[in-house]
Amino acid sequence: MTSTTESEHHADRRVQLVDRVVIRFAGDSGDGIQVTGDQFTTESAIFGNDLSTLPNFPAEIRAPAGTLAGVSAFQVHISDHDILTPGDAPNVLVAMNPAALRANVGDLPVGGTAVVNSDAFDERALEKAGYGSNPLTDGSLKGFRVYEVPMTSLTLEACKPSGAKARDAERSKNFFALGLVAWLYQRPTAVTENWIAKRYGKNPVVVEANTLAFRAGYHFGETAELFESVYEVPAAQHEPGTYTNITGNTAVAWGLLAAAELGKVPLFLGSYPITPASDILHELSKHKNFGVRTLQAEDEIAGVGAALGAAFGGALGVTTTSGPGVDLKAETIGLAVSLELPLLIVDIQRGGPSTGLPTKTEQADLLHAMFGRHGEAPVPIVAAKTPSHCFDAAIEAVRIALKYRTPVFLLSDGYLANGSEPWKVPSVSDLPDISTTFAPAADGEQPFLPYARDPETLARPWALPGTPGLEHRIGGLEKADRTGEVSYDPVNHEKMVHLRAARIAGIAKDIPAVEVDDPSGEARVLLLGWGSTYGAIAAATRRVRADGRRVAHVHLVHLNPFPANLGEVVRRYDRVIVPEGNLGQLTRLVRADFLVDARALTKVQGTPFTVTEIEQAVSDALAELDEPAGQAEEESR
Amino acid sequence: MTEVAVPVTTRKDWASDQDVRWCPGCGDYSILAAVQFLLPELGVRRESTVFVSGIGCAARFPYYMNTYGMHSIHGRAPAIATGLAISRPDLDVWVISGDGDALSIGGNHLIHALRRNVNLTILLFNNQIYGLTKGQYSPTSEVGKVTKSTPFGSLDTPFNPVSLALGAEASFVARTHDMDRKHMQEMFRRAHDHRGAALVEVYQNCNVFNDGAFEAVTGRASREEMVIPLEHGQPIRFGADGHRGLIMNDRGQLEIAEVADVGEDAILVHDETREDPGLAFALSRIATGPHQPTPMGVFRAVERPDYGSLVDSQLLEAQARKGAGDLQSLLRSGTSWTVG
Ligand SMILES: Cc1ncc(C[n+]2csc(CCOP(=O)(O)OP(=O)(O)O)c2C)c(N)n1
Ligand code: SF4
Ligand SMILES: [Mg+2]
Repeated sequence: MTSTTESEHHADRRVQLVDRVVIRFAGDSGDGIQVTGDQFTTESAIFGNDLSTLPNFPAEIRAPAGTLAGVSAFQVHISDHDILTPGDAPNVLVAMNPAALRANVGDLPVGGTAVVNSDAFDERALEKAGYGSNPLTDGSLKGFRVYEVPMTSLTLEACKPSGAKARDAERSKNFFALGLVAWLYQRPTAVTENWIAKRYGKNPVVVEANTLAFRAGYHFGETAELFESVYEVPAAQHEPGTYTNITGNTAVAWGLLAAAELGKVPLFLGSYPITPASDILHELSKHKNFGVRTLQAEDEIAGVGAALGAAFGGALGVTTTSGPGVDLKAETIGLAVSLELPLLIVDIQRGGPSTGLPTKTEQADLLHAMFGRHGEAPVPIVAAKTPSHCFDAAIEAVRIALKYRTPVFLLSDGYLANGSEPWKVPSVSDLPDISTTFAPAADGEQPFLPYARDPETLARPWALPGTPGLEHRIGGLEKADRTGEVSYDPVNHEKMVHLRAARIAGIAKDIPAVEVDDPSGEARVLLLGWGSTYGAIAAATRRVRADGRRVAHVHLVHLNPFPANLGEVVRRYDRVIVPEGNLGQLTRLVRADFLVDARALTKVQGTPFTVTEIEQAVSDALAELDEPAGQAEEESR
Repeated sequence: MTEVAVPVTTRKDWASDQDVRWCPGCGDYSILAAVQFLLPELGVRRESTVFVSGIGCAARFPYYMNTYGMHSIHGRAPAIATGLAISRPDLDVWVISGDGDALSIGGNHLIHALRRNVNLTILLFNNQIYGLTKGQYSPTSEVGKVTKSTPFGSLDTPFNPVSLALGAEASFVARTHDMDRKHMQEMFRRAHDHRGAALVEVYQNCNVFNDGAFEAVTGRASREEMVIPLEHGQPIRFGADGHRGLIMNDRGQLEIAEVADVGEDAILVHDETREDPGLAFALSRIATGPHQPTPMGVFRAVERPDYGSLVDSQLLEAQARKGAGDLQSLLRSGTSWTVG
């Protein structure tokens, strides 16, 4: 049964050293692919590789088994050096059934490796996947190195001693695949065996079956003489410290817990479940011993409303959501702008419009966050750039909210939310103090002025109910400067509009200038990015430079206001390219603010940019800039 | 900390310095007066009292109270107040709402605040009209209502706010009206003292857009025969010398009867503490509109843990079980490894 398409001879097994590899596990959404990917990731993290992951699952919980719609995948990039993306394309594809093969083989480069569960390639399954003939025999996989492994039958055989029923034992085949790949890449096995024991501890038969399947996969690699070599991806050089592998959503949740502690305010989360943001609600709900109050509200409006009510009472009010939820929250965010109270809105962006692509990533809510309210209602925006950076970005967003008494948007997206990377765990004592002050009690002799402002920040006092002498009323009607009383005076309104704008614009003085990554200082092309494009842009930048060419990279974390030096920086370059997962939203802002000819490099396919796509755009720009002046001028018309 | 006695206050202390801007003759004035007269009697502090409202004429209420207050956005007051009440159990949080605010745009938030039993005192000013937007029909307007937006008469069946609240698992539901300050105060006091969500429907006259909507029931001349007072433990009787009363007929339905015809023993004794809200619901259906004898008083008052206390006890339980949260250990709680 077992054979390779390339060669039949059994060479002595060699250990091949590789500096990096991208592996994609793919199967039915009921096959446990995400668990398999997660475990391989953990093994690799503990082994010491640098890594980056990209889960990809369908919106349906269980689409019909065996169909293309039901294919779930998990890509992990491991390396012996620091890497920035989950990889443009897999080197190895593990396909548990024909649909998984068909949905993913297009991404496999010529010469790539496919490990397939040959048991799953029966006629029915082939038909469901839309194959007219069996790709394992019809020659269509020529050009790939294909390993056919009867994973289902080997798993059933291996699981016999566990006493698991065949139906249940079959479900362990993902652990067989994991074992096989663990062997192929010489991963430590104890990590997974311990995890299985812990995760399924309540059900000894399942522990036994999964462990047996995992070991069987590992031993199969060793004994079957199917594979000519094993691969070793040596550990990467990391700075000394304690590391953990973290997803963007966990990092947001932990960042919020940290921010509440650093801000010395109780954390209140009002949220309504929505993909891909729900995991933040789940994570925070686990940590009630930190004193965090979580409310699963009746809808998104109530979620943000409750957060704002809690903020009035002195809490760090947070709401977490995705695009459709942001739509619903708009009016309440506008109220928060008027009330000038701290509030954090976390938007884990997904493909839109409407329900769009719930499980796929996109960056198309930037202008929504920027302008998605009636009236002049400026809101600061902070965007995370990598999964672990979500932790710092959350703290930074909260810092701004507390200090400037304003709602703040924190933007992440599906790619960061579910993707993961190793993160050097910070020492809590190194985290910034972001605490704020509340207005002190008064004797009530002088009228309290709820809209008197700090001359430096233009922030108003945070006067909490319960404080004697500060009784006051706030609301969405326009307020008189200083007194906060209802005012319909046109001149006062104009003044308040300007004051609110100036308060947010002034934050530019309080955020770091952009750092320009341009080692030679002589690049003519600038890649300007924001959010999750960071990894692909930084990796493309390296490739261009490795080629002896020059390119600069600036990555924005603060999108409103922009860092003070951004205009000066973008004007220095002959060409500004803005890669973004939308149709050019940051590009518009930059063009409008700085009158530069920034050009968008857009992608809205529900997947992150590949490094190649960005590298290509730089190459094209460099080529264009080298063209004779006359032609370039003509083009710039 | 030593408990400082609550200072003695009068109505004046609870009134803000803002000019009240409702139309002259509006029922909202007497509701405001009832609240301002009541608060000095409740033994509460101004600084610990918060009024949260949505949008509408009624929703201007917080501006006139010398307490903390938030005039928020249309319909959302129960949600906003929920966040405040949960995170600050030490506060007395009141919600002021109109029939459009509470039952149309904010219907979702109202029912969820009630079912959760958030510790809120909710006053619903029902004038059966949209006052602030100048007279469109509301979700409590009677069928056939002719307004600017329904020149041929409205088609929608109205909500009965008391029935709605009972259906939404409210632990306290009462009704009163703007013509009887003493009764309002009594209902507001009961609602305030109730731990959990308390809803009081207040029949409120909008003399500009819906004048006299409740006159047939609350007017001085009609009141005696048209208001059915609900008093816990008392037979439900009304009319001159209590000549009429409520009975349960042999089809299991509530019915108004002459006491002389059915005998005193047949008259239903009101029990606001019944666990089963069925009878309270039946009581709320006695009148289908304010042209029939209408029950006023507490329909239901049952004990149920309030949401904020439940939230807090979960926090304490988690702390007892896992110890107070330690950030540094949390950050290391995933699978972690050490380099160097
Ligand atoms: C989102 C939104 N939609 C509509 C309005 C306009 N609006 C203001 S008050 C109101 C109705 C108020 O009626 P009700 O709640 O019965 O209060 P009343 O004025 O009768 O006291 C409407 C429709 C608004 N302010 N906000
Ligand atoms: S419009 Fe009606 S409800 Fe509004 S203030 Fe005037 S009388 Fe009162
Ligand atoms: Mg009304």
